[in-house]
Amino acid sequence: MVDRKILRTYSMLGPQGSFFARLAELAAERDDFAVLAADLAQSSGIGKFMRECPNQFYNVGIAEQNMVNIAAGLAKTGFKTFAATFANFITMRSCEQVRVNMGYMKLPVKLVGARAGIVNGHLGNSHFCFEDIALMRVIPNLVVVSPVDAFEAVKVAEAAAESDQPMYIRLTGKVNTPMIYKEDYDFQLGKAVNLKEGTDIVIFTTGTIAANGLKAAKLLDEVGISTAVVNIHTIKPLDGEVLEAYAKTTKLWVSLEEHNIVGGLGSAIAEYKAALKQSPPQIFLGLPDAYGKAGEYEWMLEENGLSAQKIFERIKDYFNQLG
Amino acid sequence: MAIVNLDKINSLAEKMRIETIKTGYSAGRKGAHFGGALSCIELLACLYGGIMDKDANNPAKEQRDVFLLSKGHAAVSFYVALACAGYFPMEDLRGFEADGSELPGHPVMNDARGIELSTGSLGMGIGTGIGIALGYRRKGYDNHVFVLMGDGECDEGSVWEGAMAAASFGLDSLIVIVDKNSIQSDGTTKDIMDLLDLGDKFCSFGFDVREIDGHDTEKICETFSEIMALKNGRPKAVIANTIKGKGISFMENKPEWHHSALSEKQYKEAMQELGQEVSE
Repeated sequence: MVDRKILRTYSMLGPQGSFFARLAELAAERDDFAVLAADLAQSSGIGKFMRECPNQFYNVGIAEQNMVNIAAGLAKTGFKTFAATFANFITMRSCEQVRVNMGYMKLPVKLVGARAGIVNGHLGNSHFCFEDIALMRVIPNLVVVSPVDAFEAVKVAEAAAESDQPMYIRLTGKVNTPMIYKEDYDFQLGKAVNLKEGTDIVIFTTGTIAANGLKAAKLLDEVGISTAVVNIHTIKPLDGEVLEAYAKTTKLWVSLEEHNIVGGLGSAIAEYKAALKQSPPQIFLGLPDAYGKAGEYEWMLEENGLSAQKIFERIKDYFNQLG
Repeated sequence: MAIVNLDKINSLAEKMRIETIKTGYSAGRKGAHFGGALSCIELLACLYGGIMDKDANNPAKEQRDVFLLSKGHAAVSFYVALACAGYFPMEDLRGFEADGSELPGHPVMNDARGIELSTGSLGMGIGTGIGIALGYRRKGYDNHVFVLMGDGECDEGSVWEGAMAAASFGLDSLIVIVDKNSIQSDGTTKDIMDLLDLGDKFCSFGFDVREIDGHDTEKICETFSEIMALKNGRPKAVIANTIKGKGISFMENKPEWHHSALSEKQYKEAMQELGQEVSE
């Protein structure tokens, strides 16, 4: 049982702060961690780790490619290595370093993409990251994970510290992020978690947008459309079993993510679904395949149809058309 | 100074050059990166012939000097160096670039064979070397990390990101070697992307720099021995002036031999220049 106070603290810190706060606790006990930042340590939630574990922290300056190379070298010498900065920079500027070091050589670096999605709001598209799931999941050998809340971010930190696989950890959301989990639960990489039961529709979701998915599902229940929600925290490898379980029992699948509708969770699900003998139609809720206008996070979600109300309306309208 | 036997190194270099031609020729029309493989023969012979603290019988030994072939296209002479040093049988070289081979055109990380990294995409070795050197420092090891780069490779921005970091982290165990043969894939480095004074560049990035003749084994060994003993908080750069295609007259300084295939006639000529009889 997890103390409610701790959950509140995690919520306050948000997924990033909680992730690295937990790593700082683990690192303090063992001294075999290496956490790297590229001049965005504070903004990526690494402040506490930096202060509390200075000998296990490396700031490489504004040089993401070099950061991933250095991380690979540290991982090769046996350190539990995490390289972190904003998701757009770490997955795109250093994409080939990720491919060669983590994919090709399987060096077990944990790549942490902070502020993924559109949480950087008014900073604009240069600081958004809605292409990363697509880019990371296409690289062989990478495990791709995106926690739904700050508590799950802690679970991911613990699992990552024990994992000998290369991973991309996508952290969406901000401080004071909604808590999906109010109590402890069984977390396993690669194993999806049911968040809500339902029989008409299932929403497969990943990252902190799950909170809006859950709210929308409850609104759908209220209008008589029974909606399940599944947390696909691990996008690769994808939990096929959970998909198959819903293939025959539901009338509509919805993928929901704070990512381009091209190449993300929705695409991963559709790739799996294509080979199933029987499965319902799927709608893709995510960010449009475009660089749109920037604004505050909540405005951005609303504008892109990803507020709870908008998600509810879009799903309801489509479901009703199905007849 | 590391104890090295120059006669042994010189005959190793001679053998390596012959085996490099044989191995590259065995790939047939697929060809090999002969030019850049031949320019770094003496550097590899010195490193694997006594400079580095390595054990071919225990290639993944926890405490060892590390060699990273950042210029992965020199794979053919690197494989030859490893085979000559006993990491795997010489016969395996005949599998160079064969279908499904463990010795493809660019190296694939293989602990058992002493291949520390998968390379071929340029500009990455220095950063990985920094990571290994940082890891060694954390563990209290005093081993060295050698990174062999090409001069054309220095066009990559990531090289300079690494150079800045190596000095900033004070990694005096990191030794960057630039095989400065002055030719890259599309032509001379002067024409394609003028590097100006590479030694000056590394010096201004905080490196302790030595510039030497990259084919003079005595000078190479002397330089490595000297800088390996220097615990001065500064990374080291050895600018090795070399000749692309060194040792084979028709390849020397010819950009077209960056990557090419040997005809039977050329193979015989090359072997004759190396004092080898080729049976009909």
